Amino acid sequence: MAHATQSTTIVTSTEDNYLNHEKGIWSWLSTVDHKRIAVMYLISILTFFLVGGIFALLLRGALFNSGENKFWSYITPEVYNQFMSYHGIIMVFMVIVPGIPAVFGNFLLPVMLGAKDVAFPRLNLASYYIYLLGATIAGSTLFLGKIDTGWTFYTPYSIKTSTSVIMAVLGAFTMGMASILTGLNFIVTTHKLRAPGQTMNKIPLFVWAIYATSIIQILATPVLGITLLLLGAERALGVGIFDPNLGGDPVLFQHFFWFYSHPAVYIMVLPAMGIVSELISTFSRKTIFGYTAIAYSSLAIAAVSFLVWGHHMFVSGQSEFAGIMFSVITMLVGVPTAIKLFNWISTMYKGSVRLDAPMLYAIGFLFLFTIGGLTGVWLAATGMDVHFHDTYFVVAHFHYVMVGGTLMAFTGGIFFWFPKFFGKMTNDTLGRISWVFIFTGFNVTFFPQFILGAMGMPRRYFEYHPAYEPLNQISTVGSWLIGFGFLVALAAIIHGLVAGQKASANPWGSKTLEWQAPSPPPHDNFPITPTVTAGPYEYR
Amino acid sequence: MNTWFSTFSANAFMPIQGTEIAGKVDGFYAFLLISSLISSIILIGGMTAFIIQYKRKTATDKTAYITHNTMAEFTWSFIPFVIMMVIFYWGKVIFNELRTMPQAGEEIHVVGVQWAWNFKYKNGIKQYTKDGVTKENKIGNVEKQVMVVPYNKPVKLVMTSNDVIHSFYVPGFRNKQDVIPGRYTAFWFKADKLGEFQVFCTEYCGLQHSQMPATIRVVPEAQYAAWLDSNKPSAASNDGGISEVAQKGIELYENKCRSCHSLDGSRVVGPTWKGIYGAKREFESGASVNADDNYLRESILNPAAKIVKGYPAAMPPYAGQLSDEEIEQLIEYMKTVK
Amino acid sequence: MSTVKTEDGHFHHAHHFKNLNHQYDSAKQGVWLFMVTEILMFGGLFVAYLIYKSLYAPIFHVGSTYLDVKMGSINTVVLITSSFTMALGIYFNQKNKPKQAVIALVLTILCALTFMVIKYFEYSHKIHLGLVPGKYFNNPEFQQKVADFINAMPIENLTPAISDINNMKKIAPLYFGFYFVMTGLHGFHVVIGALLILWVTIKTARGQFGSEYYTPVEGVGLFWHIVDLIWIYLFPLLYLVG
Repeated sequence: MAHATQSTTIVTSTEDNYLNHEKGIWSWLSTVDHKRIAVMYLISILTFFLVGGIFALLLRGALFNSGENKFWSYITPEVYNQFMSYHGIIMVFMVIVPGIPAVFGNFLLPVMLGAKDVAFPRLNLASYYIYLLGATIAGSTLFLGKIDTGWTFYTPYSIKTSTSVIMAVLGAFTMGMASILTGLNFIVTTHKLRAPGQTMNKIPLFVWAIYATSIIQILATPVLGITLLLLGAERALGVGIFDPNLGGDPVLFQHFFWFYSHPAVYIMVLPAMGIVSELISTFSRKTIFGYTAIAYSSLAIAAVSFLVWGHHMFVSGQSEFAGIMFSVITMLVGVPTAIKLFNWISTMYKGSVRLDAPMLYAIGFLFLFTIGGLTGVWLAATGMDVHFHDTYFVVAHFHYVMVGGTLMAFTGGIFFWFPKFFGKMTNDTLGRISWVFIFTGFNVTFFPQFILGAMGMPRRYFEYHPAYEPLNQISTVGSWLIGFGFLVALAAIIHGLVAGQKASANPWGSKTLEWQAPSPPPHDNFPITPTVTAGPYEYR
Repeated sequence: MNTWFSTFSANAFMPIQGTEIAGKVDGFYAFLLISSLISSIILIGGMTAFIIQYKRKTATDKTAYITHNTMAEFTWSFIPFVIMMVIFYWGKVIFNELRTMPQAGEEIHVVGVQWAWNFKYKNGIKQYTKDGVTKENKIGNVEKQVMVVPYNKPVKLVMTSNDVIHSFYVPGFRNKQDVIPGRYTAFWFKADKLGEFQVFCTEYCGLQHSQMPATIRVVPEAQYAAWLDSNKPSAASNDGGISEVAQKGIELYENKCRSCHSLDGSRVVGPTWKGIYGAKREFESGASVNADDNYLRESILNPAAKIVKGYPAAMPPYAGQLSDEEIEQLIEYMKTVK
Repeated sequence: MSTVKTEDGHFHHAHHFKNLNHQYDSAKQGVWLFMVTEILMFGGLFVAYLIYKSLYAPIFHVGSTYLDVKMGSINTVVLITSSFTMALGIYFNQKNKPKQAVIALVLTILCALTFMVIKYFEYSHKIHLGLVPGKYFNNPEFQQKVADFINAMPIENLTPAISDINNMKKIAPLYFGFYFVMTGLHGFHVVIGALLILWVTIKTARGQFGSEYYTPVEGVGLFWHIVDLIWIYLFPLLYLVG
């Protein structure tokens, strides 16, 4: 199979790789090797995902019954509100925002660029510990005064509640710090550490995605930082900025909060789109269609994402005019997103498609993100959003894009790059089985929630009108399917680690630079810096 | 077309339409549903077709080398853009209708508290959950609060909160509005179906967020008038249909405003209060406004801000001399002076 | 692998960079990106301040009269001086003159300390007078001054919010909420900056920098200049608006 590779530098395989380069737990905890840091992030993120997932299963279990008698008598309205809050806080701040950049960005960015490491390796390690510190601080609230504000911390409730909000926002602030430092590292790496011959229009689309994400991280996260600080000051000192009794405006909090949190959802989804580009191209064995369009659409999404935060606030008391402005600009963000979808599908046209587990996950992304993205357009229309805001329709929408989108891509990425990370193959059948359960379970869980929203069921409800019960029960059963699917995926990963077949450098026949390095790569990625002579998708 | 749309959407999981606007929202919803279905078929269908048609046959398959197609890029940017602009505009029109308050109609005050809705009628009727006049059926163990409203007449709700942000949501009217402490927000509807419509709180507000529902009961106008009459608070505070709040306003008028403002249309020093609420006001500057709550409040606190054409700038500001409550009482009284 | 001076007096760059210059350029870009985040964070705070100032101008006007313009001005001069001495610290390191560099950097730290001492006096005075954020506020005289100010305002400048004098008296402490959060966050950055400057001073004294490599000094210097710049915006907005 004589396809042109991205570089003509041949790298021979050696037994010495980044995993066995140095031994002992301390060599891991003090490492500055971006690949080891990526693996440490992977372990942390999977752990937090498990915890957040358990909260989700508990939530959905509670929602099986419409009345106040739940499957577990421990779940009172107070406890339910805590479950709901922690599910959100953990999934948003500890899993999905760091998610793909921390694991795949860290591992792959330097390798895809032909570099030996990120620009600031020690800062990279520091970022990981700052992230863990933030997670610990936020997690401590479980013992100090369980949060019940929802992950959005809306004032005035978050000022008045007696739960440990200050610790929670301190934790989120710290995790935001880690996010900023990672983004900073990636931007400088992309600018300064590309291998000779690698111009910006020869870097893989995954790198473009991470790059655009990093720009958002730098510009948006500081505003979250100050918002959380001000909330803390409001609680501790009674500053008066958000508390109406002290002259403040509670809606101002929403403006500040969403100024970060809207771009944040693109931090969550752009890297996933980067993975999808890699997967579709590799498993269609065809050059990506519309490289330039996809690359620039990532930047366009990043830029426009800063101008739409008010679409979370159409019914907040914000002026009608503001609502209209935010609505029309939100529609604009839909266009680059649509462009990507069309380009990916066109990549498969006249390709050679094989549905290995990673490709199933990419297809799953296309299917689910289409639905999630289209329903986003519904919500961007002010007149329609008035009915749907704060109902289960919104819950369905964002789970379609965040789980059906980002988590699908994340899992696909795990199966795809597993050989590169660990030098072994996963069992593809297990991977495909996990996909069947996750994909099916996901639709069973969340599609009914669109209907529940149309029917008027509000979100964050412990007890609900019996008319909504049948669909809620279907949704709960779906959540069990998702849980089982992820257990199968975990089993596939563990099996791969323990008993997986040894992997070659390029088991998938892909064209990007990381596949020119051995599986797993040596400590320095490339003993000799490769010279890039071709684009990243030269399948011909 | 409209019938088809509304039948379709009535079956597509929306609650019964309680207002005409709900019907319009549902028409829009039907459009979104159908256009999304078509888009999904194109995208997902196309994807599925390609997966099947271009399934890998051998390990050394050759694939086409197609890097891009600018025409395609333009087409699938432009067409979605146009469709989204249509969606934006349609949504804007509906939003405008949902949010443009009626000139006349029943006004009911709504106060959201943790964890109940309180309704206050002009004639003094108060519907409070805990110590209320009326308690109706329950959902589970939660008592619903009832707001009785007239059929086919515009109703304007002036809303606020006493503590945290809540949201007043009527699925049957396809309308909701957050209620915010320290501010007033408004919500209007004209119910064109008799019956009961569910109200939910839909902004998370703490422990019993899911346990503060209410009901809007739409009754024929005559029945509404009778209900108002038979439920109004007893004698002492009532006088020919004037609310308790406005009663207090009368006293303030006598003491502070009578010297310059008449009630019968005659000119004393300042404009008469006869028909003042909602009347068009033209100012020296040439601008004009309809005398609503905000304008009247400003005129009391800071009359110099807007001087009505043809009148002297003689009114002293009452800022610091009247409390919020007193101003509310005066305005409520002004509303009754016809 | 940090950049260390070996016995032969040369600096080694980290292995993933091509040369020292490559490393220097990258480090500078990194520090600039971090400064962007600092500016955005303070920017959010400034936006909040400007919103409330336009809503409740009298409170901010009267509040600023409670700030000691003299002390604020001295602090401004102190910080600007410190930026100059910081620049000298970088310059001397560039020129392989560690002794002079250390003097310049130590002066910078002294300026920072002076700033914090003056700040301490300002803060303790206010705390003593009860001029603190809402929860702990206790100075009816300030509230009355706000009321008096509003009463003396020309009528055409009043808004409904401002006209509500009772409410304005109640929410007057908002000014000190902003004062303490803004100057407090800034002061926190002054302390961090001083510690960072101490770090590079020690490294300079130990001969760990030279004309080939002085990146950390320049990075810290950039941070310090931004801290100074933020004060240059804070000072007029808080102290001089009255």
